[in-house]
Amino acid sequence: MKTYVPNKFIVERDESKCVGCQVCVTQCSFETHSWDGEEQAVKSQQDRCVGCHRCAMFCPTGAITIRRNPLEYRENYNWRAEYIEDVYKQAETGGVLLTGMGTDKPHKIYWDHLVLNASQVTNPSIDPLREPMELRTYLGRKPEKVELGPGNASLKTRLAPQVPIEVPVMFSAMSYGAVSINVHESLARAATEAGTLFNTGEGGLHPKLYKYGQNTIVQVASGRFGVHAEYLDVGRVIEIKIGQGAKPGIGGHLPGEKVSKEVAEVRMIPMGTDALSPAPHHDIYSIEDLSQLIYALKEATNYTKPVSVKIAAVHNAAAIASGMVRAGADIIALDGIRGATGAAPKIIRDNVGIPIELAIASVDSRLRAEGIRNQASLVAAGGFRNAGDVVKAIALGADAVYIGTAALIAMGCAVCQQCHTGKCAWGICTSDITLTKRLNPDIGSRRLANLLRAWSLEIKDILGGLGVNALESLRGNRLHLRGVDLTDTELKVLGVQMAGE
Amino acid sequence: MKRIYPREEVCIGCRLCEVHCLVAHSKSKDIIKAYKRETPRAVPRIRLEARGPVSFALNCRHCEEPSCVQACLTGALKKDPDTGIVTVDTEKCVGCWTCVLFCQYGAITPDVERGKIAKCDFCMHLKEPACVANCPNEALLLVEETPEKPPKEPAHA
Repeated sequence: MKTYVPNKFIVERDESKCVGCQVCVTQCSFETHSWDGEEQAVKSQQDRCVGCHRCAMFCPTGAITIRRNPLEYRENYNWRAEYIEDVYKQAETGGVLLTGMGTDKPHKIYWDHLVLNASQVTNPSIDPLREPMELRTYLGRKPEKVELGPGNASLKTRLAPQVPIEVPVMFSAMSYGAVSINVHESLARAATEAGTLFNTGEGGLHPKLYKYGQNTIVQVASGRFGVHAEYLDVGRVIEIKIGQGAKPGIGGHLPGEKVSKEVAEVRMIPMGTDALSPAPHHDIYSIEDLSQLIYALKEATNYTKPVSVKIAAVHNAAAIASGMVRAGADIIALDGIRGATGAAPKIIRDNVGIPIELAIASVDSRLRAEGIRNQASLVAAGGFRNAGDVVKAIALGADAVYIGTAALIAMGCAVCQQCHTGKCAWGICTSDITLTKRLNPDIGSRRLANLLRAWSLEIKDILGGLGVNALESLRGNRLHLRGVDLTDTELKVLGVQMAGE
Repeated sequence: MKRIYPREEVCIGCRLCEVHCLVAHSKSKDIIKAYKRETPRAVPRIRLEARGPVSFALNCRHCEEPSCVQACLTGALKKDPDTGIVTVDTEKCVGCWTCVLFCQYGAITPDVERGKIAKCDFCMHLKEPACVANCPNEALLLVEETPEKPPKEPAHA
């Protein structure tokens, strides 16, 4: 069928600079560029370009520019190009539209409407270059009160397992199979270097990465792929994944083509078979059921590890989180509507869930109101872009955040949203062995560790400006935040005052 | 003694090593001029070997007992006793290709247009060989070592 979907991009090649070296030809995994031997020139088939910039970044003479195709429709606010083209695509395929990464729709980003305070005259700010700043965060259930032993020299209260992280930023769940082993290795090594945690996602952990177990969150999701006794023992934290911000209420589907021999071994499924994660856990239909799984996992690991429960931020997140804490979760992970994915139906990604800012505020407020906030750490995920977002999340009430997309971008991702095709030209979201080599874990881990280092320096700068020397002093302190350009209801849900108040 | 080792597991087959080797051995050292103006064009001394997913860049191994040096009819090829680098004196090279036949690595390129051979000279005019400096995925390692030892694995591998 002839397609009516126009090219998204135009590939401009400056012929005065193109030396015909064909690096672009070797690098484009979507086969946009080709060598015309007869004309001794590189040619481009523009309709294949996805805008990932791999060729432009690798062109040694800077001869390539990728531009948006200026082909315009008649202006129509309702029928914007994307909606017209989605209808074309569905009329041509009759299928659900799949996509990757987080939503690209203009959902309000509350971080951009929240501003931080700083010390002036009446309280001194702190220079983080001269004074120690404490970013260490302990994840896990905290006791109601602490009793000290004789002479106040020891602790009488038995503490639940606590996991310290040196920077309040962890790597989100991305499964081996969806992303390559080199991505997992990069994340694991960077987390180890930075003293934080990476999350396996639902695909198990490759045995060669067991040595990074002390910096690993092992995930148990609805398909139970790769879950076995050793896997649970190796990890530092166990996470039960109920939902994901990009696709709340939807399961997962790793196509058989991505289930290579090694992926199959780690997931414990036959090679080449589709790995289907059901939408719900079929043994969890209630808070009581969740509690059974939480305690089964705690029992299996001899109560040595905190158990996290991750949900997509949805309308009743606060009430659900309260139930999760009461069910025994030591960490509540919330994933907002801007959370990303390796593949999800576009209609779900763009329309289901609530912004993470509102979810953090409402869950934190609810748990405080019920007097159970101490019983679980709160981890937020879903579109964190920089250290400013992280600090605001912590001021709203989060203990730490997960970054997924930002981590991928650090490794080269240009957010072209083609993760679901398995052809990632940057070698990140693919299991094609010619492509996975493109991410050298030596480089990937270095770039990730640099990112965490840069963010932690910035967080310290912000804390210093606020006049506090420990992240603990900022956590849940919404007086450090003010809202700009927000309605009364938004301010109420966020629990912050209007700027100027 | 310095050696260049390819890391096949992270070589992405982009051929940028060939491009930058060519530029480093051009007259102008300017990539666009080297490709578009200079005739005959310079010849890369490193070559990407690729089949399917396997690829690596190969250049002169600067052998301990180089058969090319033994084979050279004119004495154009020499192994420097201090640096261990095998170099060619293009004044003496007559383009007989005997060394090309003798090199068991296929690391000597016949520069047909000039009638001379082209081979890795370790970019002695640069701080670091151009192929190593410009490999975008660190798939070429410059290693300082004694010849008997096997190539070192990178620290974190």
